[in-house]
Amino acid sequence: MRPGTIGPTGAGPIPPVEDLEVPAERLLSPRRIVWARRKRAFQRTAKTYRKSKMGMAGLAILVFFVLVALFAPLVADEATMDPTSPATGDAYQPPSSEFWFGTDNLGRSIYAMTVHGSRISLTVGLSATLISMAIGALIGIFAGYYGGWLETGLMRLTDWFLVLPWLALAIVLASLLGRSLSIIILVIGITSWPGTARIVRAQALSVKTRPYVERARALGASNWHLITRHILPNVGPLIFANTILTVAIAILSETTLSFLGLGDPLAVSWGTMLDFAFSAGAATTGQWWWLLPPGLAIVLVVLAFTMCGFALDEILNPKLRER
Amino acid sequence: MGTRGYLLGKVAQAFLTLLFVLCFNFFLFRVMPGDPAALLLRGTSAFNPENVEQVKKDLGLDKPLPQQFLTYMADTARLNFGESFFLRGKPVNEVIGDKIWPTVLLVGTSTIASIALGLLIGIWSGWRRGSALDYGSLTFTLFVYAMPEFWFGILVLMAFGGGVGPFPAIFPTGGYETPGADLTGLSHATDVLNHMVMPFFVLTVAYLGEYALIMRNSLTDVMADDFVTTARAKGVREKEVLWRHVVPNALLPTWTLTMLSLGFVFGGAITIEYVFSWPGLGWLTVQAIEAKDFALLQALFLIFSAAVIIANFIADITYMYLDPRVRAA
Repeated sequence: MRPGTIGPTGAGPIPPVEDLEVPAERLLSPRRIVWARRKRAFQRTAKTYRKSKMGMAGLAILVFFVLVALFAPLVADEATMDPTSPATGDAYQPPSSEFWFGTDNLGRSIYAMTVHGSRISLTVGLSATLISMAIGALIGIFAGYYGGWLETGLMRLTDWFLVLPWLALAIVLASLLGRSLSIIILVIGITSWPGTARIVRAQALSVKTRPYVERARALGASNWHLITRHILPNVGPLIFANTILTVAIAILSETTLSFLGLGDPLAVSWGTMLDFAFSAGAATTGQWWWLLPPGLAIVLVVLAFTMCGFALDEILNPKLRER
Repeated sequence: MGTRGYLLGKVAQAFLTLLFVLCFNFFLFRVMPGDPAALLLRGTSAFNPENVEQVKKDLGLDKPLPQQFLTYMADTARLNFGESFFLRGKPVNEVIGDKIWPTVLLVGTSTIASIALGLLIGIWSGWRRGSALDYGSLTFTLFVYAMPEFWFGILVLMAFGGGVGPFPAIFPTGGYETPGADLTGLSHATDVLNHMVMPFFVLTVAYLGEYALIMRNSLTDVMADDFVTTARAKGVREKEVLWRHVVPNALLPTWTLTMLSLGFVFGGAITIEYVFSWPGLGWLTVQAIEAKDFALLQALFLIFSAAVIIANFIADITYMYLDPRVRAA
């Protein structure tokens, strides 16, 4: 699923009207004023965000997983997941005091693999999202700002990409290009941008017609100046909310591709673990300890990103704010 | 005139999209780094320069690009997708033809079930916003959304196919029918149904929440409209307000989104069919990946895309009947 098919629910709190007046004593330089205003806007958003229970719960889960990923070698001994090392146990062992989540077909610790898998899944999710955002934002801003035939062309392309069944496309690309982490990232990045492009374009269209943009243009501002100084800062927050939702989708996509055997065999993610487990018949032989940890980790991380994304979207998306 | 113009516009749009997919498909397998002929042979014992040249000739890859494109279009129009590589040269369209029916049966029925159930739950929770059912269905939706559908499938397979702990193994662990049983008529149908229960259940549940959420949000929007207040002020009974005023209007945006999401149902079918060894297009895709059968993959990609385009086209056509404004315009 992509952003747009599922949306935040319920009306968000109505934030206070933007305070544009700057105290006289702070009037130092235009740049300072702009930064002071942005800082205040950020603080206001953070304040509203803290009130969202869903957003804070999601953030807590995320912080937990990021810490686990950062300190993975300290949390779980890497030697217990190296089949050549004596630290591994017997194959197919249920959870015990030595191997908290049991062992797999090679006697590797499932606990250690789950902990270290967080690094791969988070890396892929975040990097793929960066690519997707860059493409989506670029196409959206160009289409919305320039209009005309460029807009028609770019939006047609976006619609076409929306129609393409992304999983089939990703499968084709990944099998053509080979099995490696960077290719998985690239494939997810270039199959998940159309939703963003549409949202960004809509926002750019509305920002473009605002009086201050027209005024800047009348004063002789170049297109580059208008885009980087006026359009981008206004579209930015929305891109950010969308980014967080896209990370969730990117992680799910990585899981699916890896489960289908297209993942990097050297970088074991949660999806790859599920692929190993399923191929080794863990489902029909009832080895729940092999299937639950990676699966639950995916559910929790995706849930957390989705909850943060919804909470932010309710604050930052002008369409939802009005309700 | 309005109706005809609308129809023609939609036909043209579907046609253009199909053309885009065709071009995309053509270039995808030619612009990619590496030689497609070498790719086909890589990892096999037949991988040597002479064979690569031969395969190139067989595939027509030695001809200029425009000519290749014309051949490709003509072949596609005649549904000639070449030969499958891993099934020992069986024509791709025959391989695919055998697998279409199981997929249509499974994906078709579960999609209808999840749309029907999802819309009903959406109507109910949108109408009684803030009720226990509303919160329940929202939580459920969020949870299912975060869950890879194949993981859910594996868990169901483990519980009711393999049997673990307190769960009884009551359903066959996979396949379309009992192999070698040679059943006919009603007993065959029961056998297939018995095999279908788990994948059907998983696919239905995996997509139900999404439809419920779309419907709920659309219903909430419509309920704030003035005509609903007017209807209530006129003394229309609540039940009639819901079913005659709110639901028909809320169905419009829901319908389009629902049809758009069909593209992702096909994606789900790929992993679910694999998990339950359901002999359809999805499982075939996974087998094609494993065997690096690019001719087959290319054809499957085309079929999945065409299915989505057709679903969108049907959505547009039915929209015309749902929304009188389109007809009048």
